[in-house]
Amino acid sequence: MNLTLKIWRQKDARSKGQMVDYKVTEISEHMSFLEMMDVLNEQLINKGEEPVSFDHDCREGICGSCSMFINGEAHGPDRRVTTCQLHMRMFHDGETITIEPWRATAFPVIKDLIVDRSAFDRIQHAGGYISVNTSGNTQDANAIPISKQAADTAMDAATCIGCGACVASCKNSSAMLFVGAKVSQYALLPQGQVEAATRVKNMVAQMDLEGFGNCTNTGACEVECPKGISLDVIARMNRELMKASV
Amino acid sequence: MTLNSKIPQGPLKDKWTDYKNKINLVNPANKRHIDVIVVGTGLAGGSASATLAELGYNVKTFCYQDSPRRAHSIAAQGGINAAKNYQGDGDSTYRLFYDTVKGGDYRSREANVYRLAEVSANIIDQCVAQGVPFARDYGGLLDNRSFGGVLVSRTFYAKGQTGQQLLLGAYSAMNRQIARGKIEMFNRHEMLDLVVVDGKARGIIARNLVTGEIERHAAHAVVIASGGYGNVYFLSTNAMGSNATAAWKVHKKGAYFANPCFTQIHPTCIPRSGDYQSKLTLMSESLRNDGRIWVPKSLEDAKAIRDRSKKPTELTEDQRDYFLERRYPAFGNLVPRDVASRAAKERCDAGFGVNATGEAVFLDFAASFERYGQEQAKIHNLVNPTNEKIIELGQKIVEAKYGNLFQMYEKIIDENPYETPMMIYPAVHYTMGGIWVDYNLMTTIPGCYAIGEANFSDHGANRLGASALMQGLADGYFVLPYTIGDYLADDIRTGKISSETPEFDEAEKSVKDRIDFFINNKGTHSVDYYHKKLGKIMWDKCGMSRNEKELKEAIEEISALRKDFWQNVSVPGSDKQFNEELAKAGRVADFLELGELFAKDALEREESAGGHFREEHQTAEGEAQRRPEFQYVSAWEYKGEPKEALLHKEVLEYENIEVKERSYK
Repeated sequence: MNLTLKIWRQKDARSKGQMVDYKVTEISEHMSFLEMMDVLNEQLINKGEEPVSFDHDCREGICGSCSMFINGEAHGPDRRVTTCQLHMRMFHDGETITIEPWRATAFPVIKDLIVDRSAFDRIQHAGGYISVNTSGNTQDANAIPISKQAADTAMDAATCIGCGACVASCKNSSAMLFVGAKVSQYALLPQGQVEAATRVKNMVAQMDLEGFGNCTNTGACEVECPKGISLDVIARMNRELMKASV
Repeated sequence: MTLNSKIPQGPLKDKWTDYKNKINLVNPANKRHIDVIVVGTGLAGGSASATLAELGYNVKTFCYQDSPRRAHSIAAQGGINAAKNYQGDGDSTYRLFYDTVKGGDYRSREANVYRLAEVSANIIDQCVAQGVPFARDYGGLLDNRSFGGVLVSRTFYAKGQTGQQLLLGAYSAMNRQIARGKIEMFNRHEMLDLVVVDGKARGIIARNLVTGEIERHAAHAVVIASGGYGNVYFLSTNAMGSNATAAWKVHKKGAYFANPCFTQIHPTCIPRSGDYQSKLTLMSESLRNDGRIWVPKSLEDAKAIRDRSKKPTELTEDQRDYFLERRYPAFGNLVPRDVASRAAKERCDAGFGVNATGEAVFLDFAASFERYGQEQAKIHNLVNPTNEKIIELGQKIVEAKYGNLFQMYEKIIDENPYETPMMIYPAVHYTMGGIWVDYNLMTTIPGCYAIGEANFSDHGANRLGASALMQGLADGYFVLPYTIGDYLADDIRTGKISSETPEFDEAEKSVKDRIDFFINNKGTHSVDYYHKKLGKIMWDKCGMSRNEKELKEAIEEISALRKDFWQNVSVPGSDKQFNEELAKAGRVADFLELGELFAKDALEREESAGGHFREEHQTAEGEAQRRPEFQYVSAWEYKGEPKEALLHKEVLEYENIEVKERSYK
């Protein structure tokens, strides 16, 4: 198929950006979206132009690097996939596709479609861990039985890949789905109880400091999350925060 | 220089304990004055960074990704082995050791593998304490599954995302140390050279991938944890950015490179679909627990399936050839990866392939749907359930186990694997070879260590499933933090290492010269053009089966391609900005050297062992034939052009295990 691409080009963090139009032809419907971008970039390089920069790495939906806002949706029109897993069969011949970076004050653009998500790392530094030394002298792994349900629910929260689609989709640029997922993972496990109160307080404080907005329960984040993280994690985070604050 | 593996004396089971009791330690007050650089933040690098920082060293950690959490360990799916014997099915440290050495086709070092098996149980304890949500059974205890090449259930897992959960565990341990200021994290940085001062590794030259700035970083020791070199094939299951540059630079500065030809081609990957393909996607080997692998028995049926005039579900049982079950009745679909991959290639080469390219076999879950369904019907006391009901119940069980993999398959292939069998084909996945290290995980450069997939040590000629995660974490959490102390104990009075020395000047200059060349060369071909060409040579001539003639051709072709690259490569943009093409150019330049050494190593190794199959050396039944005269590690010393590399041999001795034919029949 033949497509028109409208892509955000921005030289670096200080420069002003703009949308630029490109044409690609003979795109196979079996290609992934990023393979279509590879075709465009090969074309640009062969013409001596600079290729479009975008974050990508594993190309199997787990590293959380890729981050394109396609036709107004984080990771594009398909559900439960990252951009690298999006396939061109979701589009039709002759279509115009708009491609932008994540838009949020806390995620400044580095170049073209690449944004700086280090705010997520800093929130994790504030408390996204259990304080246990890696000495290997911990108790036997089966010493504390954990109900299958708790383990499975913790796993559902822990499946977050930290891509930032939740922030990009939220009208308030809230990071609460991301923070709630980490808080929930530990809150659901006995190992996480000891530091539960300080963890949630510190992580939420850092989240606010980074300039993310608040949650108004619109639920766009849950719809666009490639890993299907549920809005429940935000409720649990609020409950944990309340518990820690009274 | 002769190779000294520094294996401690004494009985196998006491070596590690005795060794730990006798090594030098660094007192906590002195650790504060010692700096360590770690390159890479996968399971090995992440866990090593966290542990070294906890011990009190000042750690500087580098990764090319935008966050340490994105290192490619994250993509490991199936699980992690540990000799816990929670299932009471006869597992033990010795058995895990035995399985790993046998699985590696008797080409790994006994003492290292035993130590790995010994610390494996601790890894699970550690990860649970960190909050890793491993799968549990209804009693609340940890669940296990089986993997290829073994007869026990020792694999711990977190859905199909075990690597992700273990890596996030290591990342959380790192975060705690970053918050304490003990780890200084350099995201979006790439190591471009090692700096050696007075024969010791004393720092690195790194490039900031956002600003393009070239930076000097000095330290008392350097740890390479940058993963494997599977991307030398262009198409592999590695991440797009996975590269061998750090490992190759270390090699060029004096570290020997061991067994480059030992590469793992994983049997259960999604087949390729076209020339535009940028990478291959793996599906966990755990699928072979419940899926049966087959091709049609007759060539006509195979042809009919390829041109889609027949559906696989139309073939009756006796029209199907379950070739692994037929050839290997004892292990069936759970033979080791190298054996399964070669058997699939053999069938496809004989014309039985089942997709348009002729390079695919079926992985069929129909029998599991029925088996689990009947089990569930009994559990739910259903009387005379219909066949549809049974299948539906069975599919739910399979979905709970592998739902994310089925979804991934459907998204890529656009076929529902619950209704029609999956198609799979082998793809490059893991490299057993790597930087040569001694028992301390130190390379032949004093003060330079290599851990995880970057080193060669534990998997011999073939790695068993769920062992990479085990090795990465064992090296990083439990082995390196001890062994590095023994070396650093001599450095407590050295003081801060300066980066203002002629050695740093020189390393920085060579890095800058290379970058200038790429930016200023007015070439005609993109970096990918060369990478794809290299990948094709590697896959065609150094792939699943190799022979003397083609290996010799490969060496010539790679050498010619490299020459062409250095004349005609074109890199757009500038070096003072984010420039992925520039980063790729450096990586491909190194792959073009490594690939040639790979072929040379494969040519020199005139035997078949594990993932290295030489057509000249096979049994009458087409199985790999090892040769006792090759029971050594090939450690290559850099001497300029790859073809001039000098071979050193570390002879492997087996005192605790009988070397015999590796049979899975």
